[in-house]
Amino acid sequence: MLLQPALVVSAVLFALGVAGVLLRRNAIVIFMCVELMLNAVNLTFVALAQQLGPEGQVVVFFVMAVAAAEAAVGLAIVIGIYRHDQTLDLGNINLLSG
Amino acid sequence: MANTVDLVWLVVALPLAGFLANGWISFFRPQAKRAVSVIGVGVLVLAFVVAVAVVRAAAGVEPAWFFVVKLWTWMPAGNLVIDVAAQVDRLSSVMLLVVTGVGMLIHVFSVGYMREDPGYARYFAYLNLFVFFMLVLVVGASFPVMFVGWEGVGLCSYLLIGFWFTEKANADAGKKAFIMNRIGDFGFLVAMFMIFDATGSLSFREVFESAPVHFAVGGTTITLITLALFLGCAGKSAQIPLYTWLPDAMAGPTPVSALIHAATMVTAGVYLVARSNILFAMAPLSSAVVAGVGALTALFAATIALKQWDIKKVLAYSTVSQLGYMFLGVGVGAYTSGLFHVVTHAFFKALLFLGSGSVIYALHHAYHHTHAHEDAQDMRNMGGLAKYMPWTAGLMWVATLAIAGVPGFSGFFSKDEILARTFARGAEAPYFYVLWGMGVVAALLTAFYMTRLMLYTFHGPNRTGERERAHLHEAPWVMTGPLVVLGAGSLFAGVLNLPEVLPFSGRLEHWLEPVTEAGAVYLPEAHLAHGTEWALLGLATLIAAAGMAGAWRILKPGSLVPARVAPAEAGWRLLLSRKYYVDEIYGALIVRPLVWVSDRVLWKVVDALVIDGAAVNGSARTTQLVGWIGSRLQTGRVGAYVLLFVVGVLWLLRAVAGQGS
Amino acid sequence: MITGLFWAFSGIAILAALLCITRKSPVASALWLVVTLFALAGDYVLLDAQFIAVLQVLVYAGAIMVLFLFVIMLLNLGRSGTRTDIKGWMGRVLAAALGTALVLELLPLRDLGPPEQIRIPAGTLATLAETKGAVGMIAEPLFKAYLVPFEITSLLLLAAVIGAVVLAKRKL
Repeated sequence: MLLQPALVVSAVLFALGVAGVLLRRNAIVIFMCVELMLNAVNLTFVALAQQLGPEGQVVVFFVMAVAAAEAAVGLAIVIGIYRHDQTLDLGNINLLSG
Repeated sequence: MANTVDLVWLVVALPLAGFLANGWISFFRPQAKRAVSVIGVGVLVLAFVVAVAVVRAAAGVEPAWFFVVKLWTWMPAGNLVIDVAAQVDRLSSVMLLVVTGVGMLIHVFSVGYMREDPGYARYFAYLNLFVFFMLVLVVGASFPVMFVGWEGVGLCSYLLIGFWFTEKANADAGKKAFIMNRIGDFGFLVAMFMIFDATGSLSFREVFESAPVHFAVGGTTITLITLALFLGCAGKSAQIPLYTWLPDAMAGPTPVSALIHAATMVTAGVYLVARSNILFAMAPLSSAVVAGVGALTALFAATIALKQWDIKKVLAYSTVSQLGYMFLGVGVGAYTSGLFHVVTHAFFKALLFLGSGSVIYALHHAYHHTHAHEDAQDMRNMGGLAKYMPWTAGLMWVATLAIAGVPGFSGFFSKDEILARTFARGAEAPYFYVLWGMGVVAALLTAFYMTRLMLYTFHGPNRTGERERAHLHEAPWVMTGPLVVLGAGSLFAGVLNLPEVLPFSGRLEHWLEPVTEAGAVYLPEAHLAHGTEWALLGLATLIAAAGMAGAWRILKPGSLVPARVAPAEAGWRLLLSRKYYVDEIYGALIVRPLVWVSDRVLWKVVDALVIDGAAVNGSARTTQLVGWIGSRLQTGRVGAYVLLFVVGVLWLLRAVAGQGS
Repeated sequence: MITGLFWAFSGIAILAALLCITRKSPVASALWLVVTLFALAGDYVLLDAQFIAVLQVLVYAGAIMVLFLFVIMLLNLGRSGTRTDIKGWMGRVLAAALGTALVLELLPLRDLGPPEQIRIPAGTLATLAETKGAVGMIAEPLFKAYLVPFEITSLLLLAAVIGAVVLAKRKL
């Protein structure tokens, strides 16, 4: 049974993704960390699908589709921001400051 | 014939249509007076015709016909379901005919009286609206529907009293009437709540049919309900202590006084008591209060009327006094007599008001011609007008004889019946003898002050002024015509309900029996011997004769001087002419403390400090502060957001995991 | 044997992820992420999800990561000498602390597993993959029970395409 190991790996990968988001300033790298988290969750789905049926894998399929869409739009926004500010450092992008 | 009865909605809808049409005209074509007259009078004529048809159709169905025409459901709320429904029974049919009939005549009169007023269309719009609400009040088949009419006539009363609102006194009189009525309406509302609480219904039929089940005779609940209802009646029908608005209401155009403050609206209270007769019959204490207040009002107002100089004020206090009679009647359980007096009073008081309107119209025009600024309503400026206005004078004499109680005239029968029924109740408690005595004295005073009014207005030398005299003349036919019809009514309305000792007696009594029999069960059988009845009739005749002869002997119209040069009153005359200073007493006891509390406490403390300072501005400041704190959190730094987000997730996760394991 | 293989792939994935988030250059990060994704694809195969594994390689490691690299190159972020985008010591400590806390909180959850009643017998998935094929196993729920979400996904992708064009284009 690989469920327990898979969940452990998933937890570690997810935590690494979170740590990456906290650690980095570059928007693109943060983006990649988010992808990492998505993959950690996918691993959970796939592992649990062994016990609960193939629907879990269908969900992974949807996650991938959404991730693709998100990457496309997100990267378009990144390009837009870079064009506007000449930087991707989130420390310098604070238009929402109250 | 139920189909014709269903048309009752049309009777109510016609004046509403007239209001809408005239209201439109008053905004966009204020000069189209011909159209206004046709619409304003036309809808009333049609309504009267339809009302006659409805009543005829309904009367064909025997026995004890009773129709409830449901139009639509108004408030379905839980176990409270209120329908907008019209009730056509013997009681409402009487009122239906009186309201549309007398209303129609007054509309016709108004065509002449208001002809030159710039607000002609507005006036007729209000008048039609008033008739609409009055009809709603009369035919409503439940307390709430009646209350709509009740409030509506109050509103129209306000609008019409303050019709010439450019003068502050008129606008104030309108407000006074409205506020006094509000006090009464409060009683009506409370009564409705209590009735619903006790019986679980508000429709007349259900409440009255189930009243014997829900209430104990003379119980606290029924007594409180009826007292609250009577508070409403006292406001609307100008009884002590809420009567002071009615004399002030004379600020409106005179036909309005005739329509609202004599013939229709003020009788709504009597109508309500007669309608709820079973409730009042089951509460002897409340009935005694009603009778007592009625008798007191009748006497009190009659004394004030003795020394008024304003012709309309005399009639106003006379109205209050006559309303007192009606309440005396319904208070002693003579519901038919009370309603009978409503009907006869509608005729002769409308006639008196319209006649005085005719007089005022003549004087106003005379003064207008010579550009004099004299009071066209002060009797000291009149005198000897019979010469110039024979029709008006003659017809007003008819009405005067009727109200004074001269045998053969309508007022004689209705007033005598109330007094006789009061006297009959005296056998069970001396209290009613006292009331009867007050009623008799009031009758004497009535004969006196009405004769005084006629003497000063139409007889003796003319005091209008040399130059004006040439311009005094009779009003146009459109004004005298309705007077003739009303005069006929004042003469003959008495045959509706002749006393038992005469042939053809008690027609209205029998007519209303199905309505009053519910309450009659709870009333003691009060029957007078024929001898006593004859004696009372004789006494009434004597009283009327004494009052009129006394006035004729004592008063000397020749020694009067015009208002401009009249000396000030003194002693008891001053007391009466200032109406016992009731307005001043109310002002000192109620209005001024209220104003003081409103100003010093409610405004400067409650409103300015608590509501404005603490509640309004305080909440705004709190919001601002919280918002400022919140805005400090919005650093715009994604890193900070993520950090907070992760911390939150960790926290939540702990909670969830703690729950799960 | 399978468990060992699983741990090997997983070890690579975790190591590569760690490197991904600690490399200075975005290009290096992206490439390490690709390694993670490949390793995860291996894990998927071991977990009877062959079709997902293929998709992982094609869509993730292939399309999405290429897109990332493309943008990095386009914006010229990979040039040497750019200052690091890793935060200072406080950020590092915070990231490490919160990451560790997260792992510590997530680990106990692995014991919670799905309840006995709704579990399918072990090996069902493998049997299913043999009888229907790795693709057929997924196709059936996807095109039956999940047909509407599937169609909505297509709309989402269309919206994303249009959105990306609108956002990235200088002038429409």
